[in-house]
Amino acid sequence: MTTPSLVTRDLTIRFGGHVAVNAVSCAFHPGELTVIVGPNGAGKTTYFNLISGQLTASSGTVEKDGQEITRLSPSARAHHGIGRAFQLTNLFPHLTVLENIRLTVQARAGLGWHMLRPVSHYRELARKAEHYLEATRLTPLAHQTAANLPHGDQRKLEVALLMAMEPDIYMFDEPTAGMSLDHAPDVLDLIRGIKADRSKTVLLVEHKMDVVRALADRIIVLHNGELLADGPPEEVMSSQIVRDVYLGTSEGAA
Amino acid sequence: MERTTGEIAVKLVVLGIGALLLFAPFLFQDVRSLEVAARICIFVVLVASYDLLIGYTGIVSFAHTMFFGFGAYGAAILLKAMGPGWTPVILGALAGVAVSLVFAVAIGLLSLRVKAIFFAMITLAAASVVLVLVSQLSQLTGGEDGITYRAPDVFKPATKILTDADGKVLRIFDVRINGKLAAYYFVFFTSLIMFLMLLRFVGSPLGTVLKAIRENEGRAEAIGYRVVAYRTFVFCLSAVFASLAGTVYAVWLKYTGPDTALSFAIMIDILLMVVIGGMGTMWGAVIGAVLMIMAQYYLRDLMGAASEALHGLPVLPELLAPDRWLFWLGIIFILLVYFFPKGIAGTAMAAGARR
Repeated sequence: MTTPSLVTRDLTIRFGGHVAVNAVSCAFHPGELTVIVGPNGAGKTTYFNLISGQLTASSGTVEKDGQEITRLSPSARAHHGIGRAFQLTNLFPHLTVLENIRLTVQARAGLGWHMLRPVSHYRELARKAEHYLEATRLTPLAHQTAANLPHGDQRKLEVALLMAMEPDIYMFDEPTAGMSLDHAPDVLDLIRGIKADRSKTVLLVEHKMDVVRALADRIIVLHNGELLADGPPEEVMSSQIVRDVYLGTSEGAA
Repeated sequence: MERTTGEIAVKLVVLGIGALLLFAPFLFQDVRSLEVAARICIFVVLVASYDLLIGYTGIVSFAHTMFFGFGAYGAAILLKAMGPGWTPVILGALAGVAVSLVFAVAIGLLSLRVKAIFFAMITLAAASVVLVLVSQLSQLTGGEDGITYRAPDVFKPATKILTDADGKVLRIFDVRINGKLAAYYFVFFTSLIMFLMLLRFVGSPLGTVLKAIRENEGRAEAIGYRVVAYRTFVFCLSAVFASLAGTVYAVWLKYTGPDTALSFAIMIDILLMVVIGGMGTMWGAVIGAVLMIMAQYYLRDLMGAASEALHGLPVLPELLAPDRWLFWLGIIFILLVYFFPKGIAGTAMAAGARR
């Protein structure tokens, strides 16, 4: 396969005596969509936080395209092409949908320090923001404030922000959580679109087994912070150990 | 962008205030009115630059008067030492800005990573230390008495800016075109330029980043903005504007002391003005400064008149006695906050918005 775009080596984080992520080594490749599964508290979101920088590892390393980024701030990692959408909606609540997206486009363009011309003069920002509005079908809601959106649309905006970052690594943390059935396919189509661009790496935390089956090229299983299984979907889903710790739980049926 | 009627109304009011300030020397021909007008100009800049911190970025600082004081004392000390002229004013402004930047960078880098409450405490501590130092270093600062000095010659009341055929000072609409008038317009236009610059900043891409940090700093960081760098920068920027406003005020007053440039009373005034006007609006700075300063200067007179008018009635004249003006100011403030929770400009701009 191609050279990995993202590698974690022995990635570990301890909170006092509790080891939330324990020596997880994994390589992710462009064009590959990896679903990370595991019961609640398995360390999936913590693993994501270590990769995108919200948490800093106690030991081990994170590498992006061979460059070590273990100790960088989240903003520096964003500039290295690591993009992240959050499990709990994490928007700019009192700004409009358009402003939310434009801010992200602006961060990507590195224009945040410009202070002498009105933001409306930056046509390219508006054009790109509108592109992502359309891509996520949020155009009719462009001038609504994020806090006033229904939950499903907030989730879509969350995804829109990730897309507007135009990263190399897309990290989705339960993108369809709490979404109604008519919204979820939109988000899954967007993820398929990203996957179709073979240069992107996609990491996806997901509980819903139909979503996992539909999208995964590869599944890794985390359990108590440790990497339990790693392989093609059929292989992982059929392994006994995975059935025991994960599929046996009630969430597996969701 | 769609504009709401409230937003248009606020801008018209501010434009009206601007026009009144522009023609103030011709409209209100007494010394006290001009004093009030100049104070309003300075405080608009001071409050607007504070709004950049508290309203746009969500940084609570109690050191804003400290920066104002650096600018004022910079000019005051040099005007005293070098005599009247533009060189000490400019050097004083630069010195004030330099000291402000050193303090702002130090406080910013040391403490903008910590929680907002600790940052506020650190600014409070720094401001207290500077206040004590200024009253102790009386050789340099004049201590509690402050410093009296002369402004550049062009601002002396005896200076004839324009003369008529007889060589006397020219009068337009019965107003002498003298140094006092020049001093007022120096204050007015420097304040106007600074306010317009601040307005420009908040509408720029930088302004949108500041709002993003206020709204959700974690996400701002996650999409690629270095929050600490932006915070430190905006803290420095607001310090520079406060410092320059201090220099202008020092030139206008020809006196600088703890009460006019450094005291915590000024800090509280700034806080009240920004809250009354509306945080995060910039326009609110103008409305807040005007209302607050007018109340400080005229509420007593107004109450005196009301007390006189109600003479003979029970209780009421007593209640409205001029000495109780602070009591009424407090009540007005509570009512304003109750009925305009986002400040006057903030509430008006939100009204009529289709959100």
